Amino acid sequence: MFFLQELKEGMLIAFQAIRANKMRSVLTTLGIIIGIVAVTVMATAIDGLDKAFEKSAKAFGTDILYVQKFPWVSNEDWSLIRNRPDIKPQYVDVIERQAKLSAAAAPVVARRTTVKNGTFLFEDAIVTGTTHSYNEASGNTNIDGRFFTAEESDRARLVCVIGATVGEKLFPTGDPVGQTILIAGAPYQVLGVYEKQGGLWGRFTSDNRVFIPFDAFQSRFGSRRWVTINVKVADIGEMENAKLELEGIMRKVRRIEPGKANNFNINAQEILTQTFGRFTMVVGAIGLVITGLSLIVGGIGIMNIMFVSVTERTKEIGIRKAIGARKRTILMQFLIEAAALCLIGGMIGLSISFILVQVVSNVFELEASMPAIVVFIAIVVSLVVGVISGFLPAFRAAKMDPVEALRYE
Amino acid sequence: MQDSQVINLQQITKSYDMGGVEQVNALRGVSVGISKNEYVAIMGPSGSGKSTLMNIIGCLDTPTSGLYEFNGINVSEMNDNELAKVRNKEIGFVFQTFNLLARSDALHNVELPLIYAGVHSTERKRLAMEALEHVGLGDRVHHKPNELSGGQRQRVAVARALVNKPSILLADEPTGNLDSKTGDEIMVLFGDLHKLGNTIILVTHEEYIAEHAHRIIRVRDGEVASDEAVTKRPALA
Ligand SMILES: Nc1ncnc2c1ncn2[C@@H]1O[C@H](COP(=O)(O)OP(=O)(O)OP(=O)(O)O)[C@@H](O)[C@H]1O
Ligand SMILES: [Mg+2]
Repeated sequence: MFFLQELKEGMLIAFQAIRANKMRSVLTTLGIIIGIVAVTVMATAIDGLDKAFEKSAKAFGTDILYVQKFPWVSNEDWSLIRNRPDIKPQYVDVIERQAKLSAAAAPVVARRTTVKNGTFLFEDAIVTGTTHSYNEASGNTNIDGRFFTAEESDRARLVCVIGATVGEKLFPTGDPVGQTILIAGAPYQVLGVYEKQGGLWGRFTSDNRVFIPFDAFQSRFGSRRWVTINVKVADIGEMENAKLELEGIMRKVRRIEPGKANNFNINAQEILTQTFGRFTMVVGAIGLVITGLSLIVGGIGIMNIMFVSVTERTKEIGIRKAIGARKRTILMQFLIEAAALCLIGGMIGLSISFILVQVVSNVFELEASMPAIVVFIAIVVSLVVGVISGFLPAFRAAKMDPVEALRYE
Repeated sequence: MQDSQVINLQQITKSYDMGGVEQVNALRGVSVGISKNEYVAIMGPSGSGKSTLMNIIGCLDTPTSGLYEFNGINVSEMNDNELAKVRNKEIGFVFQTFNLLARSDALHNVELPLIYAGVHSTERKRLAMEALEHVGLGDRVHHKPNELSGGQRQRVAVARALVNKPSILLADEPTGNLDSKTGDEIMVLFGDLHKLGNTIILVTHEEYIAEHAHRIIRVRDGEVASDEAVTKRPALA
């Protein structure tokens, strides 16, 4: 009751004091504004990247191994691995026969080209040649329609399965399944459409892809040097063993002598997750340092202006004490003022971040939005900075001698 | 000692260390008793210790030595919070320079002691309005100090001093910043307040102002030089 009265009075005074010095107040909170912008933008970015990455990573599948010429992430000397031999689609048969721990294997090749449906064009399509096993040996699932069969794939039929974005672009109104599209001038019948996956610009997902039989791809576009072999592991608990087995098979095929290094790589989603985890940690750490520094600078600014405010209002403090304000009352009054200042800074910072996030997510076509927890953290952080940096000035005000304060001119 | 004594000062001294051996003795053993509903004027040359004495009586300052009993309670032993409470509830202070809060209107200025006393908002507004009407400012409640004349400001200060119904009203040269006509009006107000039962102590340089009081205490060099009842009363306008 008592406390509430004083709190209300404290807020009123803070409001009056800040309103009397609008410009000074806003300038003072600059450090806080920068700190809050840094913390909120960084947190939103990490949150957005995390979500996008999760979707993209899902497209790689947790139980799929990728036999490729080069590693996804490497700090090896490029000149040492540059001259590796190509991965050949023929390896698929060997793997299917010998790999006991794997359930399916599919060769994958791709190139970028334009696909058409009448006047509707999609220029950014990634035409991907693979076999029917891809349906099992990939992270892409949920087809509206169906994937091509072994027979269709073996006989290089002109059939295709398209990604969600391709479907939207070529068939803005109708259902693509059963329709025909033109790939490099040749007509392909659409058997199915993948569900939308999103993620990082749809780059690693099925969204922008058009899947056609491997042999159809080769006869249309010629044989490719960049072949990936997707291998689906039968039991996800046996990932490590399956990988070792696959490595052994590949070394045998390649006739690599014991003790010599591999001239191929077996990649998996896990590698990306780890790398991405390290990346977000670095971004987070940088964000934290920037935030910490600007909040310290901002806090010192607030402390400084609060000392000025206390000195300017020495007489007022004397008057209040003379008519019965206790130390606690004066202390609280100035703490509230400092907290209010920081809160204003925090609010301005939040508004800037909000706009920034909108602009950035529009420009880079990312789905980013500020999580509620970030807003909450920003408010709490600015209040805490306010109370901490306001404490010394407020304490000085509280312990002023009433007679001396009243005599101050 | 009568039991209706509000203020009892025994051998009060106040000295300021000026660094090193130098020392200013503002009060050198003042003993004064003031009873309920007295109207006392304190006079003396500049620097004689009048304000120092008022500040001690008003619990704004603490004596270096001596005994101070307020309503029979030893003030010297009180801590900061207890002193703040006495200032809030028992003492109404009126200053020469008004000392109103510049950013608040008259009503809020008068409400302030009630806020620190924890009085509820509606009750607070009512009491503050009442006090302002009492000093004749019922139509100026939402004016800021800089929108009021000097005399009106001092009336707001008086309303603020009285709003908590204190045991004594202390005024340190309340007319010092006012012209003689406005000063007289304030003195009339003080006279009325005294008639209503208030205990008033006021500091002044002017003999004719002091003669409104019933008792004049003259201070010189930090000591009481004389303490006598007023016989000749001026005719009030
Ligand atoms: N904070 C202080 N430090 C040092 N000396 C002080 C202090 N306050 C007052 N004094 C001294 O104490 C003495 C009494 O001062 P006080 O203000 O009580 O005088 P006064 O009678 O009110 O004078 P005036 O009529 O001019 O207001 C003066 O000599 C003054 O210089
Ligand atoms: Mg004085």
